[in-house]
Amino acid sequence: MYRYDEFDERLVRERVAQFASQIERRLDGSLSDDEFKPLRLKNGLYLQLHAYMLRIAVPYGTLNARQLRQLALIADRYDRGYGHFTTRQNLQFNWPKLKDVPAILELLADVEMHCIQTSGNCIRNTTADQFSGVAYDEIEDPRPVAELIRQWSTLHPEFDWLGRKFKIAVSGATHDRAVLRGHDVGVRLVRDEAGRLGYQILVGGGLGRTPMEGKLLREFLPREDLLAYLEAVLRTYNLEGRRDNKYKARIKILVHETGIEKFSAMVEDEFARIDGTKINADPEEQARIAAYFAPPAYEDLPDVSRALEDAQAQDEVLARFVEHNLFRHKRKGYAALTISLKPIGEAPGDASSEQMRLVADLAEKYSFGEIRVTHMQNLVLPHVKLDDVPAIYAALATQNLATPNVGLITDILCCPGLDYCALATARSIPLAQDLSKHFADTAKQKDIGELNIKMSGCINACGHHHVGHIGILGLEKKGQESYQITIGGDATEKFALGELLGPGLPAEHVPEALDKVVGVYLAQRQPGETFIEAYRRLGLAPFKAAFREVSDVVA
Amino acid sequence: MLLLDRSGAKSDLFARIELLAEAHGDHVLAPFALLADVLAQREGNQQIGVFIDNTQKVTALEPFFEQLALIVVAFPSGTDGRGFSIARQLRERGYRGALRASGPLFSDEFPQALACGFDEVEVTDASAARQPAAQWVAALSRISLAYQRDFNNGATLNILDERRAARNILDQRRAARLAGESKNV
Repeated sequence: MYRYDEFDERLVRERVAQFASQIERRLDGSLSDDEFKPLRLKNGLYLQLHAYMLRIAVPYGTLNARQLRQLALIADRYDRGYGHFTTRQNLQFNWPKLKDVPAILELLADVEMHCIQTSGNCIRNTTADQFSGVAYDEIEDPRPVAELIRQWSTLHPEFDWLGRKFKIAVSGATHDRAVLRGHDVGVRLVRDEAGRLGYQILVGGGLGRTPMEGKLLREFLPREDLLAYLEAVLRTYNLEGRRDNKYKARIKILVHETGIEKFSAMVEDEFARIDGTKINADPEEQARIAAYFAPPAYEDLPDVSRALEDAQAQDEVLARFVEHNLFRHKRKGYAALTISLKPIGEAPGDASSEQMRLVADLAEKYSFGEIRVTHMQNLVLPHVKLDDVPAIYAALATQNLATPNVGLITDILCCPGLDYCALATARSIPLAQDLSKHFADTAKQKDIGELNIKMSGCINACGHHHVGHIGILGLEKKGQESYQITIGGDATEKFALGELLGPGLPAEHVPEALDKVVGVYLAQRQPGETFIEAYRRLGLAPFKAAFREVSDVVA
Repeated sequence: MLLLDRSGAKSDLFARIELLAEAHGDHVLAPFALLADVLAQREGNQQIGVFIDNTQKVTALEPFFEQLALIVVAFPSGTDGRGFSIARQLRERGYRGALRASGPLFSDEFPQALACGFDEVEVTDASAARQPAAQWVAALSRISLAYQRDFNNGATLNILDERRAARNILDQRRAARLAGESKNV
């Protein structure tokens, strides 16, 4: 993975000192509270319901063992012994003290990490497919371009005061695991007819209170032009995006109101006027970055592992783990192993410092020291030998990290909600915990198969509810928490926004409502058909009718 | 109002006008609506500047580039960054005169303004009371390097260019070594 050179290191250290100076100048009155707030946010520091929250960037979801151990140390020394992995592949600490933040930033800088641009109206941390570099369906590893974008967007002087936040996601695979169509800009690595590598650019996607699907902006952008083209997109947005209404300030609204043809013409016009030779990174710089992502020293292994097969035959739970938590690797005899941070009944995405240390140890021992964070709030050991899976599984089980539920109904994606967040209108974690317990039965989970629940505690949709197969949105209605349920959302290349089943329900009735919805699927599915496939065939009506059996009674 | 450039506070030579009849004196700063008329009745060596809103299209200014000594871009708030893109467009499209950002910016934005092509900023007396000139100058040296090429006119180190230079030195050494080896053969 990427390692800082002297310049990366110096920039991060100087940024830490700059933030310390901003805190000092706030305290001595030089900066007003209104001036300080955006500066604090651009360094990932929020003021939440009960305390400050510090959001740490995990660029394109890639961590090494040393970094994860440092996060564990920070959790113990400055927080309450745990951290929370987010739907943007970042890590949040929920209880830091303001006075400790500069010390935390120094500890992060020691392991080449930072909080730069994890909030605020600027270009946020770039996200990517969690299986980058290892996925069987990959055209090209997207991490080098994600790193290039990270560097280019870091402290960009022109784009630090945008109308609203700006999120870029990158993928190099055939299947979209990075929600490209739900981002302000999605960058897909593609090849043209001549086999040349370039980028397909999507624009104007987003979730939030006005969910929209990203639209095609450029079918094929030559690789060397990327930074100049991104400058053109960002400049067009910076100049033309709405500033009159915070809720209409994202690029998706500009694209929607302008129309994609006209917006595209504006970008192309700006791009034509920018001298790309002055902006773009030269091929040698791209090669320098790419060299850090060379594949590790894999062994030549057979396709199947006898050792694993034998172990599976003797251990039913391990067999389930293998079935659900392993992902097909490029290399024979290897797999990407997902560690579920969704043990039954626990808060989704939370990891204790002990769990972090265990994962760091396992990464060092079995996965070339590498860890990934997924937007589904799980962790990944990206290159494990199939032969080693039983040992890894056994070690994970000691820390409640071996839940075999990846992609299943209890692998719930969930925002922090009203337990932490100042924007939330309802709690989300307790309902996620209830649903996890409600569907805990492993045979039942296996029978239901691939089905994701995504839950947000307010319309800002950090919990991606619009694109959940089942989406749950917590609202406040007349002083009561009320949960709206949608179905049919899809975050992949078959991107779709979920449709509303009916009126909101109190939390205690959500599990039985989901039983009804799942019941329709189980009764009407065809052989081999997943929940989302069945929904596409059957349409909303039968699910809505079943839902009404619950909502009518509650009303 | 406090006017500052890279080296600190400076005096403002330009007089801002609202009416064509006021367009006298050595340094006249006119709103965009009056610009063509002010230029048409220009007196001798009179220096003409224009002040624009941050919704102004840069293309409309391009025909005047050679005749302008100053462009002042209004920042309606410290968090509205449209002016930074306007500055970039002006510089990229060939404007070489002085460029000023005017509005309730704060000192942490000073390096960003200069990087995007501004030469100076003009801040309100209220901001200047909290953030005197020394703070603005101090803000310029906090971050000494940048990833973005073609920004900042060499005032900070450009990381990509530094890396390229380092590569070139290595290439030269390698070439010299190879040349030496071939001589020995």
